[in-house]
Amino acid sequence: MAFSSFSEFLAMGGYGFYVWLAYGVSLLSVIFLIIDTVYRRKKIFNQVEQRLQREQRIKAAENKKGTL
Amino acid sequence: MWKWLHPYAKSEKSYALSGKLMPWFLVTAVITFVVGMVWGLAFAPADYQQGDSFRIIYIHVPAAMMAMAAYSTMAIAAFIALVWQIRLAEMTVAATAPIGAVYTFIALFTGAAWGKPMWGAWWVWDARLTSELILLFVYLGIIALYNAFSDKVLAGRAASILTLVGVINLPIIHFSVVWWNTLHQGATITKFDKPSMDTAMLYPLLIMIISFAAFLGFMSLYRFRNEILHRESHRPWVISLVQQSSTQINKRG
Amino acid sequence: MFNAFAQIVRKELLGAFRQQSDILNPIWFFVIVVTLFPLGIGTDPVLLARIAPGIIWVAALLAALLSFERLFKDDFIDGSLEQMMLAPYPLAWLVSAKVFAHWLLTGLPILLVSPLLAIFLSLEANTFWALFLTLLIGTPILSLLGAIGVALTIGLRKGGVLLSLIMLPLSIPILIFSTMAIDAAAYGQSYIGMLALLGAMLVGAITLAPFAIAASLRVSVS
Repeated sequence: MAFSSFSEFLAMGGYGFYVWLAYGVSLLSVIFLIIDTVYRRKKIFNQVEQRLQREQRIKAAENKKGTL
Repeated sequence: MWKWLHPYAKSEKSYALSGKLMPWFLVTAVITFVVGMVWGLAFAPADYQQGDSFRIIYIHVPAAMMAMAAYSTMAIAAFIALVWQIRLAEMTVAATAPIGAVYTFIALFTGAAWGKPMWGAWWVWDARLTSELILLFVYLGIIALYNAFSDKVLAGRAASILTLVGVINLPIIHFSVVWWNTLHQGATITKFDKPSMDTAMLYPLLIMIISFAAFLGFMSLYRFRNEILHRESHRPWVISLVQQSSTQINKRG
Repeated sequence: MFNAFAQIVRKELLGAFRQQSDILNPIWFFVIVVTLFPLGIGTDPVLLARIAPGIIWVAALLAALLSFERLFKDDFIDGSLEQMMLAPYPLAWLVSAKVFAHWLLTGLPILLVSPLLAIFLSLEANTFWALFLTLLIGTPILSLLGAIGVALTIGLRKGGVLLSLIMLPLSIPILIFSTMAIDAAAYGQSYIGMLALLGAMLVGAITLAPFAIAASLRVSVS
């Protein structure tokens, strides 16, 4: 263990601001990447689903026309 | 032979295969991340010159290395895509580029945050930082070009060509920047090139490199699957996949 | 084969002389940009001579960017690009002719006005020769690199900005080596090594770029 207490760990020997800034921004950008990737997958799924529903509605409407 | 193989069955198979591989990459990435972070931040001894600020190395170096590795992956994929005309390779190029860009950004930002206490300035025109900046520009150019095409087949091919042009250029850029740097400011502190690192500091670094590599693999597989789904959204197998997932959600709700 | 090359060059030159503003405007732009710097920075001859290589090269890069638009645009619109693809000669060869013609129309005029700019920025004779030689070797590389970018973005509606985003990072080595050669000349050192490096890059670009341009055009036209 290089630090004797938690507050000393946070202070990083006086370089706390720079170290935690670097780690924080890196973590944020990775989280941003993950969110973007997951969101894209959801969007593709939603798009396909909406298209399927639309096709179903069109089919249903055509069937109604046929019975009239 | 490649063209003869049924292209749709192939992408469905690679979708399934990458889905099987993903958990392994994720588990490796998370475990090595936790171990490497705890070891690097709390247990590794402080540097005798730079104090605790050197702990930024545990993200700076892995990010910089893996940003280059991501570009090499893209270059190999682009070569395969253009020579054998394999769509999946084009998708690999498109899937990996944003991750490489984020890694490059991390390397740049951590380099700046490290430079401030060491050099007294957020930005120094250091050879490595400068070539990383240019690498970021190249990445952003590839991503912008890919997004500019509405037809993703053409987009993939254009991005592959640009990736290959870039891979010829990047070594020249790096070489020119290093030379330019030595001429313009001969005496900067070479903080990166340590002759030998203490093993207590080195092991966490190696673990973090593995973590970044595994995360790169996980993320590019995830985005690769997105690309497949996006391009083949009219194929029956994607439709049945979507139907399955929507019924699962309905059951749960 | 050489006949086809010569014919394309001739056709390009004829077309350009009919529409002279296409050639003249980038040159004007180049001269005006260089003129702005003394107005913005001050007229100290020592300072100007010190930053002149960078100014002239960056201005040349921007002027080259402006001129790229017309490299394939007309041929793309009127369909002659598709004809070139069907021609019995390799597309890479025909494209080289277009790029060569483009260099004659944009790179060469920059060379011709460079003495004027050398006077504006109080360059000495030795430094000017270094500038001239780097422009002579460097501008063809710019034309080749830019042609790749144009070929990739020609089918896009907003290709102009994208072209600069793609092309400028790739042209950094040319900028670095050229300005280093000029700096070396200004300090009275030998700059043959940098010129040789630029020459090597030119040879590499001449051999590889036409294939990249041809491949990119195939993507854009299909």
